[in-house]
Amino acid sequence: MQLRIEGLSHRYGDVAVLDNVCLVVDAGRIACIVGPSGCGKSTLLRLVGGLEEPGSGRILQVGEPPKRSLNPLTYIFQDFALLPWRTVAGNVSLVLEDHGLTRRDREAIIGDVLERTRLAEFRDAFPRQLSGGMKQRVAIARALAVRPAVLLMDEPLSALDSQTRELMMDDLVDLWKRENLTGIYVTHNLHEAVRLGHRIVVMSRRPGRILETVEIDSPVWDRDASDPALETTRRHLWTAMRDEARAVDLELTGD
Amino acid sequence: MTDTREPARPVRFRGGGFAPRPVRLAGPAVFLVLVAAWEAGARTGVISPLVLPAPSEAIGALVELWVSGELWEHLAASLSRLLLGWVSGTVLGGLIGLAIGLFSLVRAGLAPLVAALFPIPKIALLPLFIIWFGIGEESKVALILFGTLFPTVIFTYGGVDNVDRTLIRMGQSFGLGWFSIVRKIILPGALPAILSGMRVSSAIAIILIVAAELIAAERGIGAYIQIAGSLFATDQLIAGVALLSVFGLTVNWLIARAERLLLRWRP
Ligand SMILES: Nc1ncnc2c1ncn2[C@@H]1O[C@H](COP(=O)(O)OP(=O)(O)O)[C@@H](O)[C@H]1O
Ligand SMILES: [Mg+2]
Repeated sequence: MQLRIEGLSHRYGDVAVLDNVCLVVDAGRIACIVGPSGCGKSTLLRLVGGLEEPGSGRILQVGEPPKRSLNPLTYIFQDFALLPWRTVAGNVSLVLEDHGLTRRDREAIIGDVLERTRLAEFRDAFPRQLSGGMKQRVAIARALAVRPAVLLMDEPLSALDSQTRELMMDDLVDLWKRENLTGIYVTHNLHEAVRLGHRIVVMSRRPGRILETVEIDSPVWDRDASDPALETTRRHLWTAMRDEARAVDLELTGD
Repeated sequence: MTDTREPARPVRFRGGGFAPRPVRLAGPAVFLVLVAAWEAGARTGVISPLVLPAPSEAIGALVELWVSGELWEHLAASLSRLLLGWVSGTVLGGLIGLAIGLFSLVRAGLAPLVAALFPIPKIALLPLFIIWFGIGEESKVALILFGTLFPTVIFTYGGVDNVDRTLIRMGQSFGLGWFSIVRKIILPGALPAILSGMRVSSAIAIILIVAAELIAAERGIGAYIQIAGSLFATDQLIAGVALLSVFGLTVNWLIARAERLLLRWRP
């Protein structure tokens, strides 16, 4: 399934947040969106996920999602969004309960995704007992459980400390490799963007427009953090973003 | 690098404190010391029995009440009114509070009304309730229902308002239905506030039932206290008040148990 965003603009009251954003995400590819904070990245993702209605422009799913997909457009949230009153298995179960699956099928899916995210032995733990990295792995397990066609990730690693983030990046690379996922990955971290993305989109400050698009064709699992080519790309992206970030830094916050 | 002749002293500790820790037996000890002092005061004549009877006399009155079998009659009368009124007030209040929390129209219509009626001392309405529902059980149950309804409504919709919106968006983003979101995300999220509301409403219920029984009842702990008061049987009066205190403590303990069981997940 391909995702096509055409001429998307959006405003909250008087505040224009997105301005004519166009983006195509091909099947099996990850688009990274980078941009200064407040430029409308989360808004863009909410629009794509159908949690908000766009002011103008269109968001199109091209092609049918796979039959077995329970929730074609699936989120991974920055703050994990786990139900604190449900166990690890319960949190995964939550998103399967409204799909008319038998208990047996649900258990099978839960067992499978917890296995794939190395959480099998924590299935009865409550979120408060888990580290940040484990919580995000639960969120990933939950997302995988509904067999998404497109993953929408809003700064999934930003709430984690830098070591955990490094480890989780390896996990995500593994995931891309195994599952052949399509996704939009929002981040403000250029290291993450060049490690994980096939297409990197730099957004301007509010109202967010697309400033620059960079393609990185090498498979993510072949990328090395110390690769000079990646470092050059990162520098290039930073140059494109720096002035915007500096301007944002000098603005008064809207709220 | 370091000059060994410079005076060296350990850094002074200035943290600590401001962290309550459980000290067992302190509570019961204070209670025992107070009762013992009171008993001693009464025995030595410092406290005149006319002013305040000795605790032992109050205990005697209680034993008498128990032996005569009246204790259960009074307790059963109070307890049944209390349960009926409190349960119906809590269920109704929970439903109204949930509706206010979920629907803007209901909120706009009812929230001001609830705010206006909550502060009225409900006991002032007892005469009205007696006219409407008769002198029997109905007026007392209605009084408790009415008294527990408003705090329950307020705590419930406060709890619903405080449910983390990102959790609700999460539910929507996974395609959960409306009822699933209410049942699996909003209600559990509001549960801590609802239980706090139960704590408050149960205290209000106890105060109201006794007040109602003081005014108009033949049976019940309030009635027992009222009769004792009119006869100046202060030992019985103290016994009745002690019963109420035990009542309150028991309810508190039950709710604490419920919280520990239902809110195990809390950090
Ligand atoms: N629901 C909303 N109502 C009004 N303004 C909003 C809302 N959500 C976001 N905004 C504003 O839109 C802008 C973009 O927000 P957001 O998409 O969260 O940015 P980012 O994720 O890139 O940091 C911000 O200025 C923010 O204040
Ligand atoms: Mg954001």
